[in-house]
Amino acid sequence: MNLILIAVISLGVVALISAVVLYAASKKFAVYEDPRIAQVAEVLPQANCGGCGFPGCSGFAAACVKADSLEKLNCPVGGAPTMEQVAKILGKEATSAEPQVAVVRCNGSCENRPRITQYDGVKSCAIAHATYGGETACSYGCLGCGDCCTVCNFDAIRMNPETGLPEVDENKCTACGACVKACPRTIIELRPKGKRNRRMVVLCVNKDKGAVANKACKVSCIACGKCVKACPFEAIEINNNLAYIDPIKCKLCGKCEPECPKSAIQSFNFPPKKAKPTTEESTPAATTAPVAETSH
Amino acid sequence: MKTFSIGGVHPSENKLSAGSPISVLDLPKQAIFPLAQHIGAPATAIVKRGDVVRVGTKIADATGPVSAAIYSSVSGKVSKIENVVDASGYAKPAIIIDVEGDEWEESIDRSAELKKDISLSAEEIIRKIKEAGIVGMGGACFPAHVKLMPPPGLKAEYLVINGVECEPYLTADHRLMLEKADEIMVGVSLLMKAIGVKEAFIGIENNKPDAIAIMSEKSKSYTGISIVPLKVQYPQGGEKQLIDAVLGRQLPPPPAIPIHVGAVVQNVGTAFAVYEAVQKNKPLFERVVTITGKALKSPSNYLVRMGTPMSQLIDAAGGLPEDTGKIIGGGPMMGKALVSTEIPITKGSSGVLLMTKKEAVRGEIMPCIRCAKCVGVCPMGLEPYLLSNLSAKSNWERVEKELVMTCIECGSCQYTCPSNRPLVDYIRLGKNVVGGIIRARNAKK
Repeated sequence: MNLILIAVISLGVVALISAVVLYAASKKFAVYEDPRIAQVAEVLPQANCGGCGFPGCSGFAAACVKADSLEKLNCPVGGAPTMEQVAKILGKEATSAEPQVAVVRCNGSCENRPRITQYDGVKSCAIAHATYGGETACSYGCLGCGDCCTVCNFDAIRMNPETGLPEVDENKCTACGACVKACPRTIIELRPKGKRNRRMVVLCVNKDKGAVANKACKVSCIACGKCVKACPFEAIEINNNLAYIDPIKCKLCGKCEPECPKSAIQSFNFPPKKAKPTTEESTPAATTAPVAETSH
Repeated sequence: MKTFSIGGVHPSENKLSAGSPISVLDLPKQAIFPLAQHIGAPATAIVKRGDVVRVGTKIADATGPVSAAIYSSVSGKVSKIENVVDASGYAKPAIIIDVEGDEWEESIDRSAELKKDISLSAEEIIRKIKEAGIVGMGGACFPAHVKLMPPPGLKAEYLVINGVECEPYLTADHRLMLEKADEIMVGVSLLMKAIGVKEAFIGIENNKPDAIAIMSEKSKSYTGISIVPLKVQYPQGGEKQLIDAVLGRQLPPPPAIPIHVGAVVQNVGTAFAVYEAVQKNKPLFERVVTITGKALKSPSNYLVRMGTPMSQLIDAAGGLPEDTGKIIGGGPMMGKALVSTEIPITKGSSGVLLMTKKEAVRGEIMPCIRCAKCVGVCPMGLEPYLLSNLSAKSNWERVEKELVMTCIECGSCQYTCPSNRPLVDYIRLGKNVVGGIIRARNAKK
């Protein structure tokens, strides 16, 4: 009986002392965390992809709470609806960033870009890029080892075995930017999705002089400048022997695409063109331009 | 017999061209001079299209302190300055000269007479070496004059000369030691005077007994130079390994350089180039190149004017064998596969190796079996399996902590790996990335 009593009392004393110490410590060393951080984190997609530029969703939530305005903060995965919810919790104004999508700016498939050497090293773009210019005569284009596909958390970019180039699944792509960072040749670019998902892009990153680029690939930009002249909105610029369409200035009129002698300019999600429109009724290709323009 | 203390491998030597004396290769029709053929800033072209140059005319100036001038190896007219694919596999700016005749600059002493007397002061010798555009001829191509000017507070005690040629197949340095021993000795004496040391050691592996015999014989008539025969072991030609083997001193990890343990290391090829530059007024525009390979008709050594396309060298040795799998610039351990036979010979081209298809094939990559052979052979005491795994996972912080920058990319780990794992490829990637991180950090400071 006595033994049991001693045990209970001694343990009780230990428990009491511990409780006092723990209570004191929890008061003394308490770290205040804004309860809104947890609330914000809850509405975020929890993909932890880092596309916002912060370490994970909780890092982004902390940044949102701390920031004075949400102007420069955007969760590319959740997009506008998520940012609205975040804004509601914080009582700040939501700014809607235009939704973006990853675009692979190289069309140098096996057919367009003949292989002149054979790479048998490690299947990694970063290593191949550090080793040499690549299997083709184009030292700017896609190496085809698929570093972009490996890093994608959303299964949105995959290698097409036929072309040897990665393809982006627009519905899955969240524009987190992981593939953009992974590509050693900065071929992948985040571009605004555009009205009705329509985009006009120069699918080439070759900065070689025209003659060299021309030899290397069937669909390379040779910086001839025809697209620049054709563009009524001054949206196309040529820098370092390479044309670039500014997605903000581009009004999707589609005038540049047929001008390109090398078919380096490509449209995405435009309605299919019918073969050589002759009568007025069958000219959807011509009418798309004004439609796209007026909808702006 | 001496050798370095940690790791090392012993690949089959295959010195096919060791018995072939150095012969002079014919002049090319067109010579190509890449502006970036050394470590450091690329040189700046000082000629323009249409300019007439002679053999030994300076065509590009050094840009900044760590850089080297480039001299024309031919006489003729500058055809154009254009991007040309070089050994790096990328197109980079190069001066292209159409060859006409063979007219030399008058200042160059073309006589074969040996000039032994050293009349210049240390500063003048270094200035001449710098002016002649001499870089380390062992393959790394580090501008030679930089090593001769130690940072303040440090003093060289010994000069170590690398006559090891540990890469399999290559015999350029071996032949040079046999045929130009006196010139090398004078070059070594010049280097000793330049850095102010009294003693120099020439390390030679004992698979070259003829070179050891000739060099020992010649060294008797020069003060302070001794020959150190070394046990054959790869990578003994690495600066750190050579210092360990010859002086028994171990170099701490980077940023420590040989001068921190009182040593300056130069190659025998560099010593020969120094002799020609200082005593004969001849800038660096030709070098000995080994052309070799098991399927090649006649593996041999040639004195090649820089800028000569490799195809000419291959043709001289009997033409490109049908069974060629890879063309390697340099030796099989550290050399790099080339994308074209039109790539020019540059200051760092010690050899051209034509691998047969069977030799060139890379084994199937299999999982690591944790045998730790790579750890055992690493001459820098690193853990290659760990570095490569961490690099593959992009764990750059850990990669840096595990001293990736110490790796000399000798390839011993990959050579010994029973699972054919691409260890060096990943480690090199890690070095590239970590190097970038360190540079960015230093720039911030």
